[in-house]
Amino acid sequence: MSQAAKRGLAARRILERQLPKIVVSPLFAASLFFVYGFIAWTVYISFTRSGVLPSYTLDGLSQYIRLWATPRWQVALSNLFIFCTLFITLCTVIGVLLAILLDQRIRIEGVIRTVYLYPMALSFIVTGTAWKWILNPGLGIERLMHSLGFANFHFDWLVNPQMAIYTVVIAGVWQSSGYVMALFLAGLRSVDDEIIKAAAIDGAGPLRTYASVVLPIMRPVFLSSFIILAHLAIKSFDLVVALTGGGPGYATDMPATFMYSFAFQRSELGTAAASAVMMLATILAVIVPYLYSELRGASK
Amino acid sequence: MTQPAPAGIVRPKGLRHRLMRILLFAVLGTFCLYYLLPLFIMMATSLKSLDEIRTGTLVSLPRQITFDAWLKAWGSACVGVRCDGLKPYMWNSVLMVVPAVAISTALGAVNGYALTKWRFPGANTIFALMLFGAFIPFQVVLLPMARTLGVLGLAGSVTGLILVHTVYGLAFTTLFFRNFFMGVSDGIVQAAKIDGAGFFGIFSQIVLPMALPAIVVTVIWQFTQIWNDFLFGVAFTVGDSNPVTVALNNVVNTSTGVKEYNVDMAAAIIAGLPTLLVYVLAGKYFVRGLAAGAVKG
Repeated sequence: MSQAAKRGLAARRILERQLPKIVVSPLFAASLFFVYGFIAWTVYISFTRSGVLPSYTLDGLSQYIRLWATPRWQVALSNLFIFCTLFITLCTVIGVLLAILLDQRIRIEGVIRTVYLYPMALSFIVTGTAWKWILNPGLGIERLMHSLGFANFHFDWLVNPQMAIYTVVIAGVWQSSGYVMALFLAGLRSVDDEIIKAAAIDGAGPLRTYASVVLPIMRPVFLSSFIILAHLAIKSFDLVVALTGGGPGYATDMPATFMYSFAFQRSELGTAAASAVMMLATILAVIVPYLYSELRGASK
Repeated sequence: MTQPAPAGIVRPKGLRHRLMRILLFAVLGTFCLYYLLPLFIMMATSLKSLDEIRTGTLVSLPRQITFDAWLKAWGSACVGVRCDGLKPYMWNSVLMVVPAVAISTALGAVNGYALTKWRFPGANTIFALMLFGAFIPFQVVLLPMARTLGVLGLAGSVTGLILVHTVYGLAFTTLFFRNFFMGVSDGIVQAAKIDGAGFFGIFSQIVLPMALPAIVVTVIWQFTQIWNDFLFGVAFTVGDSNPVTVALNNVVNTSTGVKEYNVDMAAAIIAGLPTLLVYVLAGKYFVRGLAAGAVKG
């Protein structure tokens, strides 16, 4: 073999060995730019006096002080708290209950599971539109109850600033509880039959078996469904927009709608950036301990 | 809500057992109604005339079925000032979703393959850093993205949306494929390497044909996510380039004249139909995607 051909072959081999890195690098670079670079930009802007246009002169914590002094932000936070608590609790309770009931050797389980889970395939905008009509103060559920004989039934949550946030919970739970059911059903299927049989031999009734044997085994499922639901709740934007538009007034504003409104409607970039950073911090507070424990568990 | 004692583990015979089964099916049936009722109400409302909506109730069946609301939602409902129905926006969504799903899935497949079967120092760190993108609230990238799209001349265009969905879908697609390839034995790839097969040769000849289930799961997941997206659509597109979710929201909130609930409902069903069809046809893979999204790392 000639010297040149040998050199060519060696070069090809080196190239071949580097190929995986060459393929991964641009994707990694894109991720560095679009995720980390963009986050850095938003964090930076949140420490400036940016208004309609970004300004790059640092201004300390002024945007955060303004943000926390804004009543609308406080409403958004308390709404997030109410929504998170109820949404996560109700979805988990319904999801666990349905998973246990579906795990009782039911012949048409496949059909029922499909029915429980289909809302998950819909856009939150579709869900919001549907529930906006169902909860319509005049023609919706109120009219239905009247026709059933409950003449005094009054239902105006959708336009009642005190109650409107609960309509978001109702629609959110309808859409997402089936997902929790699917997670727990998969978890229940992986529980070792022997453990259950042992509990039965020990004389534990079905209720006791679930409460003190099966559900404790499912701790990881509880944890991951909590993470997913919290993640969904903190990011919830579409559902609020479609159902209440953040109204009446800003009674159903959430951090995500607050941020959008300040960024794209009121053009207060600095405050919008500060609210986005607060959202990121909240999600990190939930996700990082989880990922840390997962990764540590995996490397063991 | 009362919880009946689950009857599956220990199965007592006789009357008590039968009662339990009846109770079990009653609860399961009630929840079926709970999940199906909104769909039924949407369907029934969309087939009624406005007069019938005003006189009937939510759950009353249409006395006279009319498809006017559907025709209007599809072809002539007003989205802002433009009155062409959802049709052009459905087309926008299709033009957005097909390339975005194809590109993000293809890149995720190569990326997941390179990170698992050609492990190089730092591969795990790179994966962890990229995975982070799947968790961030997108609000934190909205402002710089809007500016970047402006600089690239893609502001307010469907092409811009394709870029956005591809970039932020990459974390998920990489995760799906990485998890799948982790379960594939290294032996086959090692053997092919010894036989002299290269990076792309092994990928296209050996790995890709094996990865069909992962491809299906990823495509379905990405399709559902991107079709249903609202945030990026409303933030980065204007008027004519809106995806269908944004247009639906505009139809519902267009406040000129009489509120046409039947048209709203028909529009909502039309916008939800593609993902609903995918779910009905490929529910198994859809559930698998949800589970893969849940069990990270």
